Amino acid sequence: MKKRGSQIVCESLLREGCNVVFGIPGGAILPLYQTLPEYPELRHILVRHEQGASLAADGYARITGKPGVAFATSGPGATNLVTGIASAQMDSIPLVIVTGQVNSWTLGTDAFQETDITGITLPITKHNFLIMDAADIATSIEQAFYIANSGRPGPVLVDIPRDVFNQEIEYDFVKGAKLPGYSPETIGHPTQIKNAANLINQSKNPIIIAGHGVILSKAYAELKELAEKAQIPVITTLLGVSSFPEDHILWTGWPGMHGMAYASFALEEADLIIALGMRFDDRITGNPEKFALNSKKIHVDIDPSEIGKNINVEVPIIGDVKNVLIEIIPQIETGTHTSWLRRIEQLKDEHPSLKIPETDKLLGRHVIREISNVTEGNAIIVTGVGQHQMWAAQHYRFKKPCSLLTSGGSGTMGYEVPAAMGAQVAAPEETVWSICGDGGFQMTLPELATIVENKLPVKFAILNNGFLGMVRQWQEIFFEGSYVSTAYTGNPDFVLLAEAYGIKGIKVTDKSQIKKAIVDAMEHDGPVLVDFIVEQEDNVYPMIPSGMTVNEIIEENINETVKIK
Amino acid sequence: MSYGKETHTITAVVEDRPGVLNRICSMFRRRGYNISSLAVGKSESFGLSRMTFVVEGDFKTVEMVSKNLNKLIEVIKVFVLSKEHSISRELALVRVNSNVDTRSEIMQIVGIFRGKIVDVSRDTLLVEVTGDENKVDSLVDLLTTFGVQEVMRTGTVAMSRGISFEDRNYKEKINNH
Repeated sequence: MKKRGSQIVCESLLREGCNVVFGIPGGAILPLYQTLPEYPELRHILVRHEQGASLAADGYARITGKPGVAFATSGPGATNLVTGIASAQMDSIPLVIVTGQVNSWTLGTDAFQETDITGITLPITKHNFLIMDAADIATSIEQAFYIANSGRPGPVLVDIPRDVFNQEIEYDFVKGAKLPGYSPETIGHPTQIKNAANLINQSKNPIIIAGHGVILSKAYAELKELAEKAQIPVITTLLGVSSFPEDHILWTGWPGMHGMAYASFALEEADLIIALGMRFDDRITGNPEKFALNSKKIHVDIDPSEIGKNINVEVPIIGDVKNVLIEIIPQIETGTHTSWLRRIEQLKDEHPSLKIPETDKLLGRHVIREISNVTEGNAIIVTGVGQHQMWAAQHYRFKKPCSLLTSGGSGTMGYEVPAAMGAQVAAPEETVWSICGDGGFQMTLPELATIVENKLPVKFAILNNGFLGMVRQWQEIFFEGSYVSTAYTGNPDFVLLAEAYGIKGIKVTDKSQIKKAIVDAMEHDGPVLVDFIVEQEDNVYPMIPSGMTVNEIIEENINETVKIK
Repeated sequence: MSYGKETHTITAVVEDRPGVLNRICSMFRRRGYNISSLAVGKSESFGLSRMTFVVEGDFKTVEMVSKNLNKLIEVIKVFVLSKEHSISRELALVRVNSNVDTRSEIMQIVGIFRGKIVDVSRDTLLVEVTGDENKVDSLVDLLTTFGVQEVMRTGTVAMSRGISFEDRNYKEKINNH
């Protein structure tokens, strides 16, 4: 049957199970948009900025486990996607991005709105395609979905010139595109699994550090089974938060730059680190030369290039975390580790990292605690980047798998608005709280219009300290309080702003109003924005300065009231 | 030229299509690996190219290069060659000053290196030589006495000796496609 390139794109997307697309039309991609009415099953969500499309697709992908899909036109449309694509690459999020390109016969002539987007995204995608013939569309999109969501997931970009969308070809789809150079290893090597099991059985002070890989492979039950069977304490990475229920007795927080001190010390004191789907990022290791020298390490990861990249390990296992755990668990002896678990409890007592100092002031931490209480740890929490992000990860008690969406590797400010939108589209029945900083919120707030347009009941909590808070904290600690370009003195009234969009706005200036505001927001049918005017110069503790070890950790003196400047 | 730095030879079978070389070079650049030579050409199979990289760095670096090459979708197979079990060659063209007095001496030296004189003019000779990097280095070094005007080298191509188990596995793999 004769089909146009644009029809083949839509049919290929539907065939891959895609039914939501985030995007904005423009000249080069118009032929694809004009085809959308023929495919009503393909829901298009019109965003206000292409960065919103790629970040919303990220939030959507994390919740559904399917690749998030975004459309943009050539040139500036495509380049606006870049921050979201880079974020997805860093956090291993599957995306399939379709960009329009100038007509194929004008490629390379600096035509209007021409940008070499495959060149630009080459180092920040798992793979990308420039399609010069409509006959290649179906195969490339099939491959794009497969590459994006297999092995270590990541973004894939498909760039299609305008005329290729219009090109009419005889179309007969045959599944089974060949990728001779791509076959991710998902089953761990039996010998290494045996070695790992032996190490676990022999260890006295083992600790599990669960990363994003546990969430991506949905190995929640297996992680819990391993931890319970051998009685091993579990810490997570930032992206691994919510891979293990935080009301579990074995949950020991998360380590690293702003992690709980007891988790960092436990990692340091362990004799065996069982690293599952994580990559020994510098926010965890600080100084890799001096990191956890007392322990042997088992490193399970699906990406062979992560093994030995940052830290040398005794037992590397390449494979999908879930598959590997299924193989390991039967070889594990039932354990007790009583004295080690007692030591962990002692560390928790010695380093009460989550204790909030007595104060009447309204702290960002109070807000997170209250949201955690009111939602009973069952909401989907989406954060931006900075102090509020660290407080959210520290003080919200996550009970549900995959319920923290945060930009970890890339640290993309502004993630909180579009990603929350994508998450709410993916899970319309769930409560989605977007925890925002006043800085990041202003980077992507135009998406409020998209949220209203699509009747998405996202709840926004702005922890408004009138500063780029984390940067200010660094200036306070490392630059003698010289606050260069971090004070936001011209912030809008966020409540009025919300109301301008037709969103209910609530302002909170006193600690006593927190709970009511949160309950009111939850009871309101529709999106709500709560502007929490929090203490301006509150800091995130504990803190291990960049490149340092746990011995240089700075902890908060909880007996002192929060300092007021 | 390696200038005495530790080098390793890696070969790769890659899909022969536009942008592949760019992708590979981009990976080297981004990860900060140094290529001291790179040679690309068609392989024995249609649609596949073979590349030879000479990479500066210790074994750990080479291991990471190999893993990151493997990660690229269009790279089908990567081999790290050991110096003992592989043959490596490059070809060089050298334009060297010569006159009636020096011509025969140059030809003698070139003869020792089993090189060829491929062009003669009144005051220059064009020498072609093949061999491993050290051999080419030595000849160029000797010829500098006469005044070298221009050196053009292809970069190393390399192949393992015999046929390794891995190689056989790979052959089966591509035959199945």
